[in-house]
Amino acid sequence: MDELSRLDSFYHRLHPLVKLLLTIAYIAVVLSFPVRSLAGLFPMLLFPLIGYALSGIPVRTCFYRLRYILPLVAFVGIWNPILNRTPVMTLGALTISAGMISFITLLLKGIYALMASFLLIATTGIENICYALRCLHIPKLLVTTLLITYRYISLLLSEAGTMASSYALRAPNQKGVHYKAWGSFLGSLLLRSMDRATALYQSMQMRGFSGDFYYTKGTRMQTPDVLFFVLGLGLILLVRFVPIATLIGQLFV
Amino acid sequence: MHMADALLAPAVAGVMYVASGSAAGVSIHELKKDAKDIKLPVMGVMAAFVFAGQMINYTIPGTGSSGHLCGGLMLSALLGPYAGFLSMIVVLTIQCLFFADGGLMALGANVWNMAFYGCFIGYFLIYRPIMKAKWGNTRIRLIVASILGCLLTLQLGAFSVCLETYASGISELSFGAFAALMQPIHLAIGLVEGLITAAVLVFVYQTRPELLEVVGENETKVNWSAKRVILVIAIAALLVGGIGSQFASSHPDGLEWALFGNEDAGYNANMGLDEEDYGKSSNVSQAAESVQEKTAFLPDYAFAGNEDNPVGTTVSGIVGSAIVAGVAVGICYLGGFFRKKKQTT
Repeated sequence: MDELSRLDSFYHRLHPLVKLLLTIAYIAVVLSFPVRSLAGLFPMLLFPLIGYALSGIPVRTCFYRLRYILPLVAFVGIWNPILNRTPVMTLGALTISAGMISFITLLLKGIYALMASFLLIATTGIENICYALRCLHIPKLLVTTLLITYRYISLLLSEAGTMASSYALRAPNQKGVHYKAWGSFLGSLLLRSMDRATALYQSMQMRGFSGDFYYTKGTRMQTPDVLFFVLGLGLILLVRFVPIATLIGQLFV
Repeated sequence: MHMADALLAPAVAGVMYVASGSAAGVSIHELKKDAKDIKLPVMGVMAAFVFAGQMINYTIPGTGSSGHLCGGLMLSALLGPYAGFLSMIVVLTIQCLFFADGGLMALGANVWNMAFYGCFIGYFLIYRPIMKAKWGNTRIRLIVASILGCLLTLQLGAFSVCLETYASGISELSFGAFAALMQPIHLAIGLVEGLITAAVLVFVYQTRPELLEVVGENETKVNWSAKRVILVIAIAALLVGGIGSQFASSHPDGLEWALFGNEDAGYNANMGLDEEDYGKSSNVSQAAESVQEKTAFLPDYAFAGNEDNPVGTTVSGIVGSAIVAGVAVGICYLGGFFRKKKQTT
């Protein structure tokens, strides 16, 4: 992920605040579509695709992550086709019910929202996102903790991984940690983390840490950033309020 | 319990952001007031620890399955409720941004469901009173407090998920049926979480008791003035009103079903409705149309089974969508094309 965010493209170079705000606006607009407005929702797909094309990040990298999200969304939505069988239209022998439409709409919303947030992370990186959050006056305390946590996740994950594999080697044919070791296993990781945190805190204080992190580059918004933001927001709102797909279709039907 | 973006309407997401944001604001205020130096790195590393803890699978005795940790109550016990809450916000934010666990718009709701209840309700209503009590020894009190705290907070969290999904008008599943599916599952999850939390806290108590947030001693007394209480109640009322109004407006189906279900045999009866029954329920709810007309903001509600809807609109919608799909493929192709070019040069 960090490697992706270090690529260089027009989309990567945009001001992080522009990307953050556009992503939030996009997701909010996607979610605001009515439950059965499939034709209206569909053209919203174009925005993330344009983003992926501009940034040079392959779309499929994000779909790998959908494997966790879609089952949950599907669990909630799967009842719709079963419970609401009011027929809406028929295509040959196939009758499409209102529930089916709302189910597909729900899945699409999930996919779009994930595509957009993945694009934001993959092109911006944690430091720049924290910088954008600071621009929005999110409290320093929260943003700095976010940054520190992110830096320490990989360290603690590898430590937990080492512990888990050494435990597994001493407890063959056993799935997971035995309940008798629940406390001591996680507890010793916790004590080590606490010690590490204290040492870290002390060393940071010794070097004069006063709660301020200095972010990579305090880039100011340039004219292209503002233009991109205005254009993007305008287009998103246009697609929300003008049924583009229906209009295009009417040209042909 | 992480909610995806698709499960929330923007209004509900916004209300939950405001609610969680207010709780975060209070936490930051309290932390700044209390501590002379806020141990930022400790909060950060402990939040990272929760990630590591979540990675490990714990075998549940007697069953073939395994459980994992969520961490709200544990962080509160170690760092205090305010720092614990902020650390949990950080955990959930990173999960949402980098692990695609829960959506960006749903972050407010997720913070509320998973962090607020664990860190504040679980801590102040269960953990602290039990730890302050005089019965038993500290070890037993830790175990009881952890299990009860986790059970309660996960039940509240699961209930909120149902409430938020229902208020968003996403699922055709009635509120009662959804809650009946969610609550028992989270009873089991809460029990496992409580047991893990208890095991870890007892271990910490036995080895390094000074690490546990001291309860009852040297505690700054909070003076609850009448003004403050009224303010809190007013905010709560606003939130409930905000969410409650969504019930009426964004989910006409839910309203129909609630009417129909109440008349008949309760919410659960709605689950087995077949086509004819559903049609009937629609008719029943049409009696309440005047109410809906005032509150509904879903322009497409009439879409289903609407005879006036010209077929041409739907067909042209499909044709238009197909053309958009073509454009989408084109963009993908162009993106891929430019990428290859970049790699070769």
